[in-house]
Amino acid sequence: MSAVEDVVTEAPAVEAVPKRAMTLGYGTSLVVLAALIITPLLVKNFIIFQMTMLLIYALAVLALNILTGGSGQFSLGQSAFYAVGAYTSAILMEHFNINYALTLPIAGIICFGFGFLFGQPALRLSGVYLALATFALATAMPQLLKLGFFEHWTGGVQGLVVTKPDAPFGLPMSQDMWLYYFTLAIAIGIYIASVNLLRSRSGRAFMAIRDNEIAASAMGVDVAKYKTLAFGVSAGITGIAGGLGAIAVQFVAPDGYTITLAISLFLGMVVGGVGWLPGSIVGSAFIIFVPNIAEGISKGLSGAVFGVLLFLVIFLVPHGARQVALVAQQLAAKLKKN
Amino acid sequence: MLVKLRTAAFSAAVIAFAFNSSSALAQKKYDTGASDTEIKIGNIMPYSGPASAYGVIGKTEEAYLKMINDKGGINGRKINFVTYDDAYSPPKAVEQVRKLVESDEVLAVFNPLGTPSNTAIQKYLNSKKVPQLFVATGATKWNDPKNFPWTVGWQPSYQSEAQIYAKWLLKEKPDAKIAILYQNDDFGKDYLKGTKDGLGAKASSMIILEESYEVSEPSIDSHIVKIKAANPDVLLIYATPKFGAQTIKKTAELGWKPLQIITNVSASVGSVMQPAGFDNAQGVLSAAYAKDGADPQWNNDPNMKKWSEFVDKYMPGADKTDGSIVYGYGAAQTLAKVLEMCGDDLTRANVMKQAASLKDFTPDTLLPGVKINTSVTDFAPIAQLQMQRFKGQKWELFGEIISGDVPSE
Repeated sequence: MSAVEDVVTEAPAVEAVPKRAMTLGYGTSLVVLAALIITPLLVKNFIIFQMTMLLIYALAVLALNILTGGSGQFSLGQSAFYAVGAYTSAILMEHFNINYALTLPIAGIICFGFGFLFGQPALRLSGVYLALATFALATAMPQLLKLGFFEHWTGGVQGLVVTKPDAPFGLPMSQDMWLYYFTLAIAIGIYIASVNLLRSRSGRAFMAIRDNEIAASAMGVDVAKYKTLAFGVSAGITGIAGGLGAIAVQFVAPDGYTITLAISLFLGMVVGGVGWLPGSIVGSAFIIFVPNIAEGISKGLSGAVFGVLLFLVIFLVPHGARQVALVAQQLAAKLKKN
Repeated sequence: MLVKLRTAAFSAAVIAFAFNSSSALAQKKYDTGASDTEIKIGNIMPYSGPASAYGVIGKTEEAYLKMINDKGGINGRKINFVTYDDAYSPPKAVEQVRKLVESDEVLAVFNPLGTPSNTAIQKYLNSKKVPQLFVATGATKWNDPKNFPWTVGWQPSYQSEAQIYAKWLLKEKPDAKIAILYQNDDFGKDYLKGTKDGLGAKASSMIILEESYEVSEPSIDSHIVKIKAANPDVLLIYATPKFGAQTIKKTAELGWKPLQIITNVSASVGSVMQPAGFDNAQGVLSAAYAKDGADPQWNNDPNMKKWSEFVDKYMPGADKTDGSIVYGYGAAQTLAKVLEMCGDDLTRANVMKQAASLKDFTPDTLLPGVKINTSVTDFAPIAQLQMQRFKGQKWELFGEIISGDVPSE
């Protein structure tokens, strides 16, 4: 085995996370949930829109977290799945007049299939090679969307404008608020399902593969099946997030789904803590708000300021929000003892 | 009798009051974002990301409005220019524009840049009835007052520019064999459509080859070789600056001398003609609507002197050959004109009304004879260009100012 391969197969970036440490306690979960439900009643529509985007990106980060934190596979191609989900929803809504809520499961299923199929060739790759293969997917996607062949459906470079849904049953709330609660309900559903998935037999198989592929196959885990399954599930959730994103932004265009998005999602996962699902929302907040803060500090050097902030986070808390949460938990335990 | 009198007096008082208040209202009317002391204008620009070179436009506009404020503002009100980075990403553009409208509460969104970003925010701004004023993109679709009464363009659309080339060719070279090289996206296709519309019935016989390239290709040499093989005598270059320079250079290297017309987007002396080689670029044609900051023929032009003084004072160290500074100055001056015309009626409806009633307005940086005209059915402010020929190290204008009005969709 060459030195390069050693480095690659070592996979030190994803360390083993015990499955109980992947979630929050009941008390904390309820507090977060209450905050997410009540805040929109008190703030402006613009903030509600930002919170909707926060949840949508959190879903996409969560999906990547299942793939990387759960099964130990890298992906820099999440923007491609996000784009497929977004375009599926947009095309179904605008060309086929299908209800927005129904387009989401379809987007999820299509992306699941897409991810599952992509997982097949990806089986032969691991570590940085897999990251590069998915990177190729992310760079190819915006141009595929521009292809003249699909232009009738995708609108080419011009993109597609999506109509924003009103609140149903004459509920007295704004479009933004309705969309927020709609997204929140879906996000909670997916979060609970993901937690259960990782606690189930399949989840244990994912983690066994992540920790040691050879040992996992010796235990009777079908490595190929579970690796592709992880890709499929991750792509499916990303697709739903993409569909929600298209409805919230009311517009899809190839320029919205470049490699920058894939890297942002990857960044969100690392900042939130790899393998720690609740960290997804922290990571999502980082990728949405920190660029705005950086711009507020210096317009000309916003990129540099963002870089410095990111460097500080990685340097001070390399395990992201999970580390902060652990320290807080230990402090709380100490206080209780005293 | 007494009752009657009192009623009469009362109604007279009511009428007087009504008159008073209505005249008071006519004097000063404000929407969100305007007050006795301030007018708040929002803007989004790609300060980061793939199109960050255009960020200079936003900086120029900020500097121009600062100059206006230093001179006392517009009708006594200072302009508060709030500009955000959208990184040329449509979702980010939506977020930033919503922030401008709902959190910063601006009166209007001025000169947002890029076709994808503007498409993403158009529906939102129109449903909120917030002016999307003088968008910085050449797509033709912005001139659509019927469906989007709150969106208005500024620069000549790509289609109208292409029509001008077609008109000129029909007149000067009616038996031309034309090859078109275009970028395979909305920018290139708009030019293609404009050319065909302009040539009309003769399009099919005059155009012998349409060749497209992808913006991701490193070099377009192979396309040029292919075009040469078809042996056209006119080459229309609808390419962005990098590819424009490559085309002119490669054509010369092949020892081929067709009549070349290059889009105004790639007519920059500094970033296209110089890299292509001045020797190779002799005789290339293009069209212009604005003066070139690097061109010495405007050194004694009083209007360009104003521009030059502005750059020296408010943007010290800026590169005067950068077309974005000329662009931003002209757009900001148009905004200032519209706000001035609004007087004390600073409602969003009146901003649109004034933006649609510009008559023969000439910003300092436009070519002599090019005028801004708008009406309730014409939301394409600049629709005139003049042909120019590259000679020595600069463009020389020739011929008449040509109009390329494309009717609104």
